[in-house]
Amino acid sequence: MYLADARSTKSDRAAAATPGTRPGRRAAVPGTVLALGAVSLVTDVSSEMVSAVLPLYVVAALGLSPLGFGLLDGINNGVGALVRLLGGHLADRGGRGHKLVAGIGYGLSALCKPLLLLVHTVPLIGGVLAIDRTGKGLRTAPRDAMISLATAPEHRGRAFGVHRAMDTTGALLGPLLAFAVLRITDDRAERAGYGAVFTVSGCVAVLGVLLLVLFVPGRVAPAAVPPGRVAPAAVPPGPRPTLRDAIALLRRPALRRLTLAAVLLGLTTVSDSFLYLLLQRELALPAHLFPLLPLGTAAVFLTLAVPLGLLADRIGRRTLFLAGHVVLLGAYGTVLSPLHGVGAAVLVLLLHGTFYAATDGVLAAATAATVPDEQQGAGQALVGTGQALARFTCSLAFGAAWTLCGPRTALAATTVALAVAALAATRLLRPTATTG
Amino acid sequence: MTAPVVAEPDSETPEPPGGNVRRKVLVLVVAVLLLAGVGTFAVRYAAGRADRRNQEQAGGPPVREGAVTLQPAGRQLLLRNLAWGPHRDEVAAVPADRPDGPRTASGVKCLRFHAAAGTGICLQAEHGALDDTYHASVLDASLHEVRRFPAPGIPTRSRVSPSGHLVGWTVFVSGDSYAGTDFSTRTAIVDTRSWQFYDNLETFQVLKDGHPVQASDVNVWGVTFAADDNRFYATVATGGQTYLVQGDLAARTLTTLHQNVECPSLSPDGTRVAYKKRVAGADPAAPWRLYVLDLATMTETATAEQRNIDDQALWSDDHTLLYSLPGDYGSDLWTTPADGTGTPTVLVRSAVAPAYLG
Repeated sequence: MYLADARSTKSDRAAAATPGTRPGRRAAVPGTVLALGAVSLVTDVSSEMVSAVLPLYVVAALGLSPLGFGLLDGINNGVGALVRLLGGHLADRGGRGHKLVAGIGYGLSALCKPLLLLVHTVPLIGGVLAIDRTGKGLRTAPRDAMISLATAPEHRGRAFGVHRAMDTTGALLGPLLAFAVLRITDDRAERAGYGAVFTVSGCVAVLGVLLLVLFVPGRVAPAAVPPGRVAPAAVPPGPRPTLRDAIALLRRPALRRLTLAAVLLGLTTVSDSFLYLLLQRELALPAHLFPLLPLGTAAVFLTLAVPLGLLADRIGRRTLFLAGHVVLLGAYGTVLSPLHGVGAAVLVLLLHGTFYAATDGVLAAATAATVPDEQQGAGQALVGTGQALARFTCSLAFGAAWTLCGPRTALAATTVALAVAALAATRLLRPTATTG
Repeated sequence: MTAPVVAEPDSETPEPPGGNVRRKVLVLVVAVLLLAGVGTFAVRYAAGRADRRNQEQAGGPPVREGAVTLQPAGRQLLLRNLAWGPHRDEVAAVPADRPDGPRTASGVKCLRFHAAAGTGICLQAEHGALDDTYHASVLDASLHEVRRFPAPGIPTRSRVSPSGHLVGWTVFVSGDSYAGTDFSTRTAIVDTRSWQFYDNLETFQVLKDGHPVQASDVNVWGVTFAADDNRFYATVATGGQTYLVQGDLAARTLTTLHQNVECPSLSPDGTRVAYKKRVAGADPAAPWRLYVLDLATMTETATAEQRNIDDQALWSDDHTLLYSLPGDYGSDLWTTPADGTGTPTVLVRSAVAPAYLG
């Protein structure tokens, strides 16, 4: 598997794979990756601070009903996916593109925090959140491209694992900081307390942008090239990649197969919200445990991201990506099984978190091996967007199936579809297939 | 690459990395100090404002600590007191005929409160080390907690049945913190005689035009009880529509009766519900108006209240409605006739979550 991963890249990677061009093996997680991880950690602290208090703010301080928000979610998902494609494409145009586009994305989200101080109605708050999502969509592909470019191919699983672990740590810390601020200001009913949360969140977001500006190199050189010297081979001498070139990436068999596999599996991946709803209904979970479910998934994801990233480097990213979906199959099976109660829910969350740890960063690492350096942004965006749109489609279909034949039947059908998709993806991603 | 004339503080510039890193760390430290200063200022400012709210405001209603009972000798209006001072957020009582008179504060703090026939329901927050959690307290006539039930989100509605036997409440849940904006409701009912706990009414069978409906997006909120301790009314939302449903606790069903009804409130004689209706062409930020639906004829009557209403109204008698509107200290309670005549008038300032007793 690993060989197949490496073989599908161009020969200029041969040097990258050779140890010794950088001092020591500790460079397996390069400074750029740690810097990007820190940026993501800090940014997630900032954004999850807002997410954690937003319902309370809307209900307790503004005295509004927050139910209208859900309607925007679908639109946000669709727009977010397209923005991601654009972000990846723009990032590949020129030497500093990745950092610039990612910086605009992080900056846009940072701008949204002070905006929250100014808007006081549900539709306007929804609008600000949509801008926040746009920023997130814009920065995802260039960020993953920079992680890929900064890391030697054989260590990318670990690098993405480290990044995702840091990212999730931020997501878990954000709510803690937000409620600490609310506790100090000691008032849930007035706007001032939430204003303090939004202000602190804004400051944290600015810190994230600053970390990016200061510590992420403007031109991420491929891992093998000594720092300080720009690799001439990495900069395309010809015209910048056009949008057509980005689409033409799909002519590459390895990327096409990976995208197809990610889309197929994404079409059968039930969204987190649906899974938690199913957990509560099918496992007869007490209603008050519901808010803890996302924390369970995140904690497992955080714990396993690095170990599974290392494992991906050893046994192959595609193997682990497929194995992750088998774990997800196990999670669905547990929900459908006669098991009930808190124990079964813990098992499902364990499997669900493992699924994320085995697939999220791992897919990005697998993608990196299928595209040339100068199109890393577009490649990451293509696979990521394909997966996101497929999952969104799955949500729509799953909701419809639930209405037509009930939650249990809908999940049973999805489970069968996931098994079929996993088999098809296994065929698509066979090591021999990449040579075709 | 040609050497830049002016040295940029840039990672690409081939210069001694040590000095560059030192400069960047210095910039970072200065920035962190500045940002920490801004954050600290914002937190201290908010804390200062919160402190002010513990001082009694001039011109506000007098609030005295005292005994509050759910079985008063005369008719009383109980409410969550929002007036600034040490008794802010406590359940307080005022004589029903002198609602702007002195308030007797009970010492019991509730986010939402309702009471009838000697039973109270009080939705409270617990500010834990990591986050806020919530519970519903069933109170006896002297406002002592009889039993406590966990609640999975932010309290929004609460009701006690006319007999005092059933209590119900609704909370807002944001299930998936990564989605961030995906809110839903959870509504629970407790029978205080058997302590049977229906912790999620979404598990009840929804019947629309005689047919069972199942959907992942079913939300239930705003329970109001009938006199028989079995039937109740509530809002069910699915597929972007809201419905008035009649609930049957014994049969575990919710039967749709009418469209575009939220937060129903049953009149004491059981013939009508007051509710908030989403009106066409209104500002999407303020779409609800106060309406009354006759359950026998299903005719809707608009009340004279023209402003946006986001509350579960309360009947002070068979002809008059009480509801909250935003006010200087959170919210005020307003009143208007249920038959569409008259003009709305303010009844009590700085109060929310009312209940009439005695």
